[in-house]
Amino acid sequence: MTTQSVTKSTARKGGTDWSAYASQFGALGVLIIICIIFAVIEPAFVSPINLFNVLRQVSIYGLLALGMTFVILTGGIDLSVGSLLALSGLVAAAVYKGGTGLLSAGTAGQAAGFGLWPAIGAAILVGILGGLLQGSVVSWLKVPPFIVTLGGLTAFRGLALLFSSGQPISTFTDEYKFWGQGMIGPVPVPVIIFLSFAVLAFIILRYTRYGRHVYAVGGNPEAARLSGLKVNNVVLSVYVITGFFAGLSGFLLSSRLNSAEQVAGVGYELTVIAGVVIGGTSLFGGEGGIFGTVIGILLIGVLSNGLTLMNVSPYIQQILVGLIIVFAVFLDQLIKRRR
Amino acid sequence: MDKHSALLWMEDVSKSFPGVQALQNVSLHVGAGEILGLIGQNGAGKSTLMKILSGVYMPDSGEILLGGEPIQIHNPHHAQELGISIIYQELNLMPNLSVMENIFVGREPGPPLFVSRSKLERQTRAILDRMRMHLRPTALVRSLSVAEQQMVEIAKAISRDVRVLIMDEPTSALSETEVETLFDIIRQLRDSGVAVIFISHRLEEVLHICDRVTVLRDGANAGDVAVKATSREELIRMMVGRPLDQFFHRDSHLDESGNSADTVLEARGISRRGTALNPDAVVLDNVSLALKRGEILGLAGLVGAGRTELARVIFGADKRSSGEIWIEGRPAKIQSPVDAIKHGIGLVPEDRKGQGLILKLAVRVNMTLANLDKLSSLDFVQQGAERRVVDDYIQRFEIRTPSPEQRVVNLSGGNQQKVVISKWLMLNPKILIMDEPTRGIDVGAKSEIYELMHELASQGISIIMISSEFPELIAMCDRIICLAEGRVTGEVTREEATLETLMHYCTLREQVVASQEGSAIA
Repeated sequence: MTTQSVTKSTARKGGTDWSAYASQFGALGVLIIICIIFAVIEPAFVSPINLFNVLRQVSIYGLLALGMTFVILTGGIDLSVGSLLALSGLVAAAVYKGGTGLLSAGTAGQAAGFGLWPAIGAAILVGILGGLLQGSVVSWLKVPPFIVTLGGLTAFRGLALLFSSGQPISTFTDEYKFWGQGMIGPVPVPVIIFLSFAVLAFIILRYTRYGRHVYAVGGNPEAARLSGLKVNNVVLSVYVITGFFAGLSGFLLSSRLNSAEQVAGVGYELTVIAGVVIGGTSLFGGEGGIFGTVIGILLIGVLSNGLTLMNVSPYIQQILVGLIIVFAVFLDQLIKRRR
Repeated sequence: MDKHSALLWMEDVSKSFPGVQALQNVSLHVGAGEILGLIGQNGAGKSTLMKILSGVYMPDSGEILLGGEPIQIHNPHHAQELGISIIYQELNLMPNLSVMENIFVGREPGPPLFVSRSKLERQTRAILDRMRMHLRPTALVRSLSVAEQQMVEIAKAISRDVRVLIMDEPTSALSETEVETLFDIIRQLRDSGVAVIFISHRLEEVLHICDRVTVLRDGANAGDVAVKATSREELIRMMVGRPLDQFFHRDSHLDESGNSADTVLEARGISRRGTALNPDAVVLDNVSLALKRGEILGLAGLVGAGRTELARVIFGADKRSSGEIWIEGRPAKIQSPVDAIKHGIGLVPEDRKGQGLILKLAVRVNMTLANLDKLSSLDFVQQGAERRVVDDYIQRFEIRTPSPEQRVVNLSGGNQQKVVISKWLMLNPKILIMDEPTRGIDVGAKSEIYELMHELASQGISIIMISSEFPELIAMCDRIICLAEGRVTGEVTREEATLETLMHYCTLREQVVASQEGSAIA
């Protein structure tokens, strides 16, 4: 124990390389500046209730973004998360209620199905299977991930519509709604889930061998292969991870809205990718991390919350969010060029 | 021939790149209706010279005259306007367009904004007929063989009224009969008054087709002779030239370590077919070698000889069509780098930045990448242990980096190479394959790497060393195997190794066996 801390301190003397985090801190700077501006203009912004509200709003995006960070770190992309989320949400609801659409409408509010845990398990299983399928095509058949998950974007949405006959599955019991709407103390449950997984994902990427492999494969797949890494397995795994998060988020969103909708999550993939990229993760792979992703997603959430508080029209909000995305990435490039 | 009667006259051309004097006062001339051979070892300056002629590089100094007029070649397009065309080894055609579209690309006949297909076809046919090339103008280029594609390139040059045609290794991908067809075309070009510059490693062909030969060595002129007045041996002497005594010899590693005849690795009958360009190309043909414990075995060869390909096949990075690999007397199933690493083989690749390192990541991460299994428990990388081993290697090999967290991209070439070598040494390999280990590395770091290699060999690690620099191989290796066109053409011991013998074996060309010729055409 003593020897370990000694080595650590001497190593620190050599200098921790903060530049490795510079791109992630770039987004943090922008976030802080925007928060200060909002706090000055609209003091209600900094009330704890509002801040938790922001966190609750971003938690679904955030969970998806955690998975997306793994994929983008390998140089891939997953456009299918929104559709997979919708499908998983419907599966969770159907398992919980013991049927889909109009059939189960009569049993509204009652758990006549298979219970809560099977419902959550089924949603996650659907997500993982979707990821496994897409990941296999990307890693073994070498179809570009953009194309594979673009196919998934359409196909999973179609499956969701087919599965639900185009009808939402709504009104759940309290035990189901607790996961999306409940609070533990002052903290909304989805926020706890998001932050817990963020810490887990951070630890995996930062401290495990697997995390190292993800960076290596994204940084230079050929060098990784020649160093004895099983590149295909790593690539496959990251799509399973996004699938897992899509499944979990599908359940949480249905719980929060008290309804599993086949149109849930439309367009989420773009917001999520924007958050990851704003957080400094390079679309070319090998650079970035969870810390930046959390900041990036918070930035998007804070912007829309603050602007709404200030009564800025949603149309103008979209324009501003678009500009901020480009600006944040520009800032990131600027920092990198300086190095 | 003098300045004003030569069609192309280059005099005292120099060109340097950061850290390298690529050409120093090089002169070259060729007359109308003459075929000039241009030869030299890898890195002798042939490519740089040709890139100056084709307008890719501007020379730092020197004079170029075309038809007696001084010229400056501003860019590749300008070179073509002047009538200078170059056909690279990697052909520059658009595979999804037809022969005629490729030949006249950018200069299609017809009214403004439109192409007249009939005119295009007629003009193409005229050129093809004149050169007796049997090609259909409307055939898609991707359906053609490499030899036919080369004809399209030549036809393209002719359509532009070529005056000087440069061909870089045009025969390397051709079969024997295809070579003869190409030579007929080249002779026709000569007879119509074109000056042809023929660059090749195949000395027999140079002696066969050329009228005169210019030899380059280390970026300078090393000879200019008429083919009739020279021989293969003389050309080799001019190519290698420099005396060997500047290099430092040491005793055989085998004697030092005392383990003499222990064979660690054996490759038996390794063959590999197919490249990205040509699925039938023979890359490696029945290559066998044996590597002893603590030996440094050199692989010599010119560009395209198959050295890197052999290294990659032994390491499992590329598939082999046939052949076996034996490790310590037992057959080893090596199908991937993972298998090779399990058998104690490491590869220091030729392309350090593209294949050896992950440039964006830290020195520490790169060093331990292949060794995380040993440094992890429950998949968690043991940070303290990792730091210790990385610091240890940084000190031992004097890797100059401000911190282990420095991104590898910011290190010098020599220090980058030490990071790659460290990565493998952490695994305690039995065999280290080092492909061009000193390429792009400054002199000081080079000698450090040499020292390190000697040290590893004396510890009993067997090394396969690939290098384009013969003197380096001669100084370092206990034994050298020469490859040419995917075949072993000779093996020399350290006592026999001279620049001449190596160059002799590396330019040897066995007659292409009839069966292979058949498959190359098919």
